[in-house]
Amino acid sequence: MSAYSFDAVAAVLLIPIGSAALLVALPGYRLTARLNVIASFATFLAALSLFVVERPQPGSYVLVDDLNIVFIVLNTFVGFTTSIFSASYIAHELETRKLTPVYLRFYHAMYQTMMFGMNLAFVSNNIGLMWVAVELATLTTVLMVGIYRTHAALEAAWKYFILGSVGIAFALFGTILVYMAARPVVGEGLDGMVWTILIEHAANFDPALLNVAFIFLLLGYGTKVGLAPLHAWLPDAHAEGPTPISAVLSGLLLNVALYALLRFKILLVANPSAIAPGPLMATIGLISVVFAAFMLYRRRDIKRLFAYSSIEHMGIIVFAFGMGGPLANFAGLLHMVMHSLTKSAIFYTVGHISQIKGTQRISKIRGLTVTHPALGWGLIVGVVAIAGLPPLGIFMSEFLVVSSTFARAPLLAIVLVFGLLLAFGALTLRLTSLAFGEPRGSTASANASYVPMFAHLSLVLIAGVYLPAPFVAWFQHVARLLG
Amino acid sequence: MQMHSLSFDISHTLAGGLVLISFMMLYQDRLYSLLNVFALHALVLTLSVAWQAYVQNAPHLYITAMIALVFKAIIIPIALHRIIKQLGIHRDIESAVGIGPTMLAGMALVALSMVLMLRVTAEADPLAREDLTFALSVVLLGLLVMVTRRNAVSQVVGFMSLENGLVLAATGAKGMPLVVEISVAFSILIAFIVIGIFLFRIRERFDSVDVSALDDFRGERR
Repeated sequence: MSAYSFDAVAAVLLIPIGSAALLVALPGYRLTARLNVIASFATFLAALSLFVVERPQPGSYVLVDDLNIVFIVLNTFVGFTTSIFSASYIAHELETRKLTPVYLRFYHAMYQTMMFGMNLAFVSNNIGLMWVAVELATLTTVLMVGIYRTHAALEAAWKYFILGSVGIAFALFGTILVYMAARPVVGEGLDGMVWTILIEHAANFDPALLNVAFIFLLLGYGTKVGLAPLHAWLPDAHAEGPTPISAVLSGLLLNVALYALLRFKILLVANPSAIAPGPLMATIGLISVVFAAFMLYRRRDIKRLFAYSSIEHMGIIVFAFGMGGPLANFAGLLHMVMHSLTKSAIFYTVGHISQIKGTQRISKIRGLTVTHPALGWGLIVGVVAIAGLPPLGIFMSEFLVVSSTFARAPLLAIVLVFGLLLAFGALTLRLTSLAFGEPRGSTASANASYVPMFAHLSLVLIAGVYLPAPFVAWFQHVARLLG
Repeated sequence: MQMHSLSFDISHTLAGGLVLISFMMLYQDRLYSLLNVFALHALVLTLSVAWQAYVQNAPHLYITAMIALVFKAIIIPIALHRIIKQLGIHRDIESAVGIGPTMLAGMALVALSMVLMLRVTAEADPLAREDLTFALSVVLLGLLVMVTRRNAVSQVVGFMSLENGLVLAATGAKGMPLVVEISVAFSILIAFIVIGIFLFRIRERFDSVDVSALDDFRGERR
């Protein structure tokens, strides 16, 4: 049994990396795109099987617990649906000759390598390994952001690269400091980096060292989450890369960094004399929400608009986790899942829209509901969801965040609501011009794949109306783990 | 005890040397000389790592030392040298901020890292403690190099010196696992950056005086 259960973790890792090797070697668009979808689907199935099979004992490198299963399943699911979207999106890019077959081969291999990196970061029980995995995932996305090789794309990739590298360097320094704090208690060697061992002994660590370590980790991984003063790479990377990459950046990669941050937050909470990580996270989250809400008004580029919306939502999530407590953590988890589903669905629609219109300028896109009803209404539902209107899932999670904050820190809740309303205003302002009015731009029919988009949106809708009891119980349990 | 204090002094000297060389980087205004100083930086790092490998009796650290020597002190400077020549930017004199303010900022950063780390690590053993202080200084000075330069090549050099500081911290933390893997991962990262500069001929950090052109790139021209 234990051999079998190890297989599920191995499959989540080996399927992506194995298919990446295969995709480099295989020619032809149809074959590789299909293989990409199949591999992503197989990974998703393997991730689902983690629920069923017996979990491996936490080892020096691998850990499966109730927290990271949520992340892995979400990650592989959105990875799978994005691979379907990517197949139709990339077909169009080939037709318009924006990408050559060689780059396409590279693109698919990188896609799977990125999935490998993200899954590795989730299952790693070792803070050093986790750091390496996050770096790998970042590196692959940098390469994909720059894949069009236009001036703007290279600028975006370079900026992402430099800022991401500085972030990753800070994260490593923080990791080293955690090891330094652990060494006198846990002893030298590998044990000093194994998360499950660290958490057992965290109460005896030197609190001062842990404090400094967390500051570095918050700055380092926070850069990758896209939190406000450190977000500069995010809009560029979203706007200039291929849209499937924007979808996985917003939907998944930000979550990876968030997950790393959460692991360290739990570590700090376990030490009573260290600073409370919550207020730090809540502050930086709140700054992100308000900042991004203001920035939303000045956006002229549709993908940048939703990139800033991602900053806003990551701010909400980090704020919720910073507030802590069962309810806020529950809300944060739910919001993370809902945001991943909704934002990637929005990017699927936006990807097709900008391909049809041949532009990302908001002012050149109008009247989508008239010319492309499916895309137009899909966008409307997506934006309504992301703006936080009932009855969709994000309304519920935002409501939980706000109400739990009102009970504990009314002043913060007022600032949060202010940010949410600002963002709501900006999004509806843009949405009306995009979706309604006199059609503008090309009216060519869309060769789009609607399934991923509507699958995500209906999941968000269902979650907004009814959450199944086992799901709620699971999330409540995880929320307690998060402290 | 005598032996201990000698080994302590040597690692101290080498780590302090790295901080000093980081300062030297701050005032280099020619790209070639910046590269030479960086090669020296990597060389001192190699010595420091090798010394730690010897003192801690940790043979795997020799691999990290070898990577630092071959990759960072030899291959990368030579590759960047060629790139500078090919891009025709070897005559460029550049620094966004003047040398005086930069040096002052550098001193402030070193003071900051001392105040911070020495206070925080009061209970750790003195070697690790001072190593960490030096390492943080090197990291912050590397960051300063990156911030004050506009040229892509010198930004990369700044990043690499920052990374040297991290390797110093990692090797100073006695018995830290995965150091070799992490230094390999960093080398791959740097190789990618350098290849990126070369392939895409990135000369500058893309900032232009013409703001309207910049807005155009970002699709945000009004």
